[in-house]
Amino acid sequence: MMEVFVAAGNIVSPLGTTARENFDRVRAGESGISRQPEGFFASVIPDEVLQPLVTASGLSGYTKFEQLLILSIQDALAQTTISLRDKRTAFIVSTTKGNIALLEQGLGADIKPMQLHHTALKTAEYFQAANRPVVISNACISGLLAILIGQRMIRSGQYDHAVVCGADVLTKFVLSGFQSFQAVSDEPCRPFDADRKGITLGEGAATVVLTKNKTLLWGTDAIRLGEGASSNDANHISGPSRTGAELASAITRAMQQSGVQPPDIGFVSAHGTATLYNDEMEAKAFHLSGLQHVPVNSLKGYYGHTLGAAGLIEAIIGMYSMQEEVVIPTAGFASSGISHPLMVSSQLEPRPMAHYIKTTSGFGGCNAAMVFSKVKL
Amino acid sequence: MSNNAYITSACVIRNNTVTKNGEPVFTSDNTGLPEFLRSLYDRYSGQYPKFHKMDLLSKLGWAATEILLQDMPMDIYVPEDTGVVLANTSSSLDTDERYYETVSEIASPALFVYTLPNIVIGEISIRHRFKGENAFFIDDHFDIEFITGYVRQLLDTGAINACICGWVEQYHAGYEAALYLVEKNSRGMALPFTAEQAEKLYR
Repeated sequence: MMEVFVAAGNIVSPLGTTARENFDRVRAGESGISRQPEGFFASVIPDEVLQPLVTASGLSGYTKFEQLLILSIQDALAQTTISLRDKRTAFIVSTTKGNIALLEQGLGADIKPMQLHHTALKTAEYFQAANRPVVISNACISGLLAILIGQRMIRSGQYDHAVVCGADVLTKFVLSGFQSFQAVSDEPCRPFDADRKGITLGEGAATVVLTKNKTLLWGTDAIRLGEGASSNDANHISGPSRTGAELASAITRAMQQSGVQPPDIGFVSAHGTATLYNDEMEAKAFHLSGLQHVPVNSLKGYYGHTLGAAGLIEAIIGMYSMQEEVVIPTAGFASSGISHPLMVSSQLEPRPMAHYIKTTSGFGGCNAAMVFSKVKL
Repeated sequence: MSNNAYITSACVIRNNTVTKNGEPVFTSDNTGLPEFLRSLYDRYSGQYPKFHKMDLLSKLGWAATEILLQDMPMDIYVPEDTGVVLANTSSSLDTDERYYETVSEIASPALFVYTLPNIVIGEISIRHRFKGENAFFIDDHFDIEFITGYVRQLLDTGAINACICGWVEQYHAGYEAALYLVEKNSRGMALPFTAEQAEKLYR
């Protein structure tokens, strides 16, 4: 199979506006989650962080969703010579709700700006992209699935590179929905913990620039995409699989196709939303995949659940973790609350590694898993 | 493109008319979309009470799949063999609007679950026990070249052996579905799986 590498990355979140800054602050144990004036907890990008960047880049005419996307892509592209203006560069946007905030602002009468392809096209035009954007909206697996799709598009032979970005903003729309399910925690979320009470929402954007051209990489260790897969539970639209078998089948396929075994895996970056059912399902799936002795973490305690950006943000933090050979602890986790015990990482742990696995699961019964590997240049 | 793959069945639903494998098979005059979808349910399925809880987008995709798979048993495959890859323009915006109207009173969890486009993939997967690859793309038109190319790649790389793929769009009264059953095995229509053939069946 054609090798595809990560040439550049970015995260825009409450923990910074570059991937490096985000990783350093996560590694230092900082969380973006705080109590909001309305009383709930969420990971929100402060205006005083965002506004100067918006002004400097002349983005005041764009929605917050578009601003986050553009700022993220801009920083990622600045690290590489790969350009969106190149016909050989694919452009992929991942989001669940895009500009849905316009509905809340009473601007929903004009449907166009809320259509996801329209807002992606505006972003593409900002960068004078040569190709129309490919938009993926597949619930909470969107971000990771977008990376997998980018890899597939390069392997199709039609593209040499892919700019894969994703974003979602915190909205009353989404918050009220999870509240209606009584799925929002009244404290910062606690993935895999015995006292977990549900999710904490977050917002952010992230980008990875993919390429098949090894000469465009720099440094000593490069990130190579391993294999990935998606699957469906075929069980329930809003509740996860009872057995975890379907997430396990995506994980197993990803590992087999990548030619790696559980002992080769440095850690599993789980979805770990901190709902009772999700974390339980994942625990079963990791056992079925033979990963019960591999460190597992969830980054939701740092970022909250950033929906369409989550898979991207968490994959990028995973890449830095792998390069620096540390397993990030699961913020909020104290004592195990899952029926199938896992090695849930609770403190910063040095660990030599060449591979890690990222998993995601979402509404509609969807799952995705992907292996990421480190290679010497 | 060396490996064989076939469009073994196709179903297009628009303007209150169902076309199966290129032939019109059902028309219902002067009804709104909800009534039209109900008439498809009565004619082609029945006995699936979950249908009535679905939003219009899911009902449309679900009904189109029922018709697509008539006389095409899928139990020849293990569940992981069949994927579902769909696209549309309006995501779940129709239900998004209806959900958001409930937020000022009591937010409806029953509507909120349908505020994602890929829920229709979930409904189809639950009905037919499909556990393979998933993807929901959003585009301003049905990009047949892209969708057939992506599904062709999934088949060629062995990720899946069969796929329900195509277009499921709905916003207010406007709607259109064009679904294809694509398989490595030859049966049914057994047309070569190409963008040109898919285009012919769509037009």
